[in-house]
Amino acid sequence: MTTTAPQYSEPPVGTDAEAIDVHAIRADFPILRQTVNGKPLIYMDNTATTQKPQAVIDALSDFYATRNANVHRGVHHLSVQATQAYEQARLKVRDFLGASRVEEIVYVRGTTEAINLVAQTYGRANIHAGDEVVISTMEHHSNIVPWQILCQQQGATLRVVPINDAGEFLFDEYEKLLGPRTKLVAVTHVSNAMGTVNPVERIIQRAHACGARVLIDGAQAVPHMKVDVRALDCDFYAFSGHKVFGPTGVGVLYGKFDVLDAMPPYQSGGDMIQTVSFEKTTYNDLPARFEAGTPNIAASIGLGAAIDYVTAIGLDRIARYERGLLHYTTEALSRIPEVRMIGTAADKASVVSFVVDGVHPHDVGTILDSEFGIAVRAGHHCAMPLMKRFNVPATVRASMAFYNTREEIDALAGAVKRVVEVFG
Amino acid sequence: MSDLDDLYQEIILDHNKSPRNRRKLEQADHTAEGYNPLCGDHVNVFINVENGVVKEVTFEGSGCAISTASASLMTEELKGKTLDEAKVLFKRFHGMITGEDRESSEEAGLGKLEVFSGVCRYPARVKCATLAWHTVRAALDSGGESVTTE
Repeated sequence: MTTTAPQYSEPPVGTDAEAIDVHAIRADFPILRQTVNGKPLIYMDNTATTQKPQAVIDALSDFYATRNANVHRGVHHLSVQATQAYEQARLKVRDFLGASRVEEIVYVRGTTEAINLVAQTYGRANIHAGDEVVISTMEHHSNIVPWQILCQQQGATLRVVPINDAGEFLFDEYEKLLGPRTKLVAVTHVSNAMGTVNPVERIIQRAHACGARVLIDGAQAVPHMKVDVRALDCDFYAFSGHKVFGPTGVGVLYGKFDVLDAMPPYQSGGDMIQTVSFEKTTYNDLPARFEAGTPNIAASIGLGAAIDYVTAIGLDRIARYERGLLHYTTEALSRIPEVRMIGTAADKASVVSFVVDGVHPHDVGTILDSEFGIAVRAGHHCAMPLMKRFNVPATVRASMAFYNTREEIDALAGAVKRVVEVFG
Repeated sequence: MSDLDDLYQEIILDHNKSPRNRRKLEQADHTAEGYNPLCGDHVNVFINVENGVVKEVTFEGSGCAISTASASLMTEELKGKTLDEAKVLFKRFHGMITGEDRESSEEAGLGKLEVFSGVCRYPARVKCATLAWHTVRAALDSGGESVTTE
């Protein structure tokens, strides 16, 4: 392990290593105090899921200890309390995304469910034989397969925007794919496998110019940057609670009110109805129409606590700090001759994907974990078409959050050097 | 010896670097394809059996060090075994790797294959070590099909 801080080139503009007090932040995350294989845990798998601050853990246990009841039912005290907390969290989500109306915020299980919901409701109602859906090469499987299924059901065609060798969205190629048949564009805001930040504002403008709706997969964007759905003007935006320091089991689908309001229901049952008779059922107003059954109440409240937490730190500060981490990691790993970066886009979030010459990513991952207590992802990152594009079976991915430190990155670089030695 | 040396023993690193019997066997009478979707490990095995004895066994494929070394060492160990002996070996190897059958595997005389005994402490890597073996079993059982570790 490196003991003195190495000298790296000047970090880019907008970088600030002091933007947050990382040691104070780390104290908020109980899991970071543990050791793994005798080494202090170095958690760099934040793209898979993030760790939870005490405030989120407390929100969950406090809900179950003091307010647990079902929502939107019953007139009793606890039910009112639970409903208020659940709906208050929705207001936090609205503000977090910059949405104009609370009805535009639909709780779902996660990004995957949000995309499936749009595909099977908006998609089936509006996309027909001969129509086209446009995605990109760097999509997560959850933003590929729902559209593939929809296209098969409807006789529509899936078109794929290529990327360059740096892992950047090819805008010119995108423009060529757009046309009168394009009904929907579904693109990730930030690539989970490479960290590429896509020019979603331009992508949305261009799609709207030809009359297509746009869904943005924001799962990897919301933990790293301020998102404003009104400024973006996207029709749908999806993210997962657990990737933004909240609990698993809750996510959000944002949709423009008029678009959501015209969509047929997704799952059906309790809560999504106004009246039911055996002859006819009328559906509830937004957003309840898309929330059939008892939702994940505790997790939704936990998500509200997570949003409070990151908002208090400030997403702009988080972005400045993480830009520094990204630069530091890229410099540290690039100095190892056997390391090849996968994804070198000009605009990236703090996600670094790489391969080591002659060593399979799974062997790298095992050594990092067992010898150094470093948790990274080794695999295809649910992006097999992207792996194929770079002609690798898998990569090692270190993804950083605002609680990661430069010392941890030094440890990562030292560990990768050790891997090279073992397999040398 | 640290856990890591236990997992990546010299012999495993050696077989990963220079896999034995990694080639296609033309006119093999048993073949199968194995795939581990989690890792992307991929293996094809080719076997010739004569009078109930494994005359020749080779593999092709790509994967991590554990899966490559396991396939390589497997081909060395299976050659010359009767089909019944091969089945017993698979069972013992599987028992050792999964840690389900430690006691008998320690006395099983697995020979060189015992270098994989450390794998049982890495549950995430068990499938890497057993992929080639599952594929051989599929090849011998059916004469050719695709198996996955899932």
